Amino acid sequence: MTVGLNAFILVAGLLFAIGLLGVILRKNTLIIYMSLELMLNAVNLALVAFSRYNGTMDGNLFVFFIITVAAAEVALGLAIIVALFRLRQTVMVDQLTALSR
Amino acid sequence: MIDILFYVFAAITLTSALLMVVSPNAVNSAMCMIVAFVGTAALFVLLEAYFLAVLQVLVYAGAVMVLFLFIIMLLDVDKETNQILKDKLTLSASIAGFALLVVLICSAFAGGQHLPETSLMPVMENPTGEGIGIPFTTSAKSFGYSLFTKYMLPFQVTGFLLLAGMIGVIVVSKKHSANS
Repeated sequence: MTVGLNAFILVAGLLFAIGLLGVILRKNTLIIYMSLELMLNAVNLALVAFSRYNGTMDGNLFVFFIITVAAAEVALGLAIIVALFRLRQTVMVDQLTALSR
Repeated sequence: MIDILFYVFAAITLTSALLMVVSPNAVNSAMCMIVAFVGTAALFVLLEAYFLAVLQVLVYAGAVMVLFLFIIMLLDVDKETNQILKDKLTLSASIAGFALLVVLICSAFAGGQHLPETSLMPVMENPTGEGIGIPFTTSAKSFGYSLFTKYMLPFQVTGFLLLAGMIGVIVVSKKHSANS
């Protein structure tokens, strides 16, 4: 494969930027959370690319741990969002301004 | 041939990620997100990380996105109709910041070709034999070997984290009774 490390890092950086755009732009908490997952995924891609081009397994193992932690984090975050919805009947961040009043 | 596959999968991943961000419907966003995760798994396959590709499809595209879809359908929030496009200030600020970031990344990595090739210094002294790292293999066996030798403590801590997450989910999603 003649595609170098730079191409993979470029794709990972663009994925990270798209995730950041989603976090800034969207109002729905669920979409913001999905964008956060996308940013984690971009970091995973960069780690795997570095690991492959470096010739060691450590990056791959980090990705293994990141996937595990992300699964736990999604379960807990979605439980928090459901609890928030039960309390406030909305998940839009522009209506969740209880701390600013 | 593999180069063409890389460009195809990178385009699929980036396009579906962008569609996920701009789609007004939450269910459509989740569907595009699944495509983005599968595209990332394909990029993992191109990097010969087959075990991680399988794990990505199983955990992210399977479990995590099913959980997301479940919550989206449970909460049924589709009231965000064209609200993004009305808020001109947020939209323009986000687009400008995103464009700045894209230009930064592209200039950092497209202009990086002129840099000289880095060469690692040879290891002078290695008393315990550690630190070189497990060499890259495609078999899942190397994962098991690393997890039970070099990464034993993080492995145990991750298991404990999963337990803590499980208990946390039960505590958070429990209905509050009147007397507690």
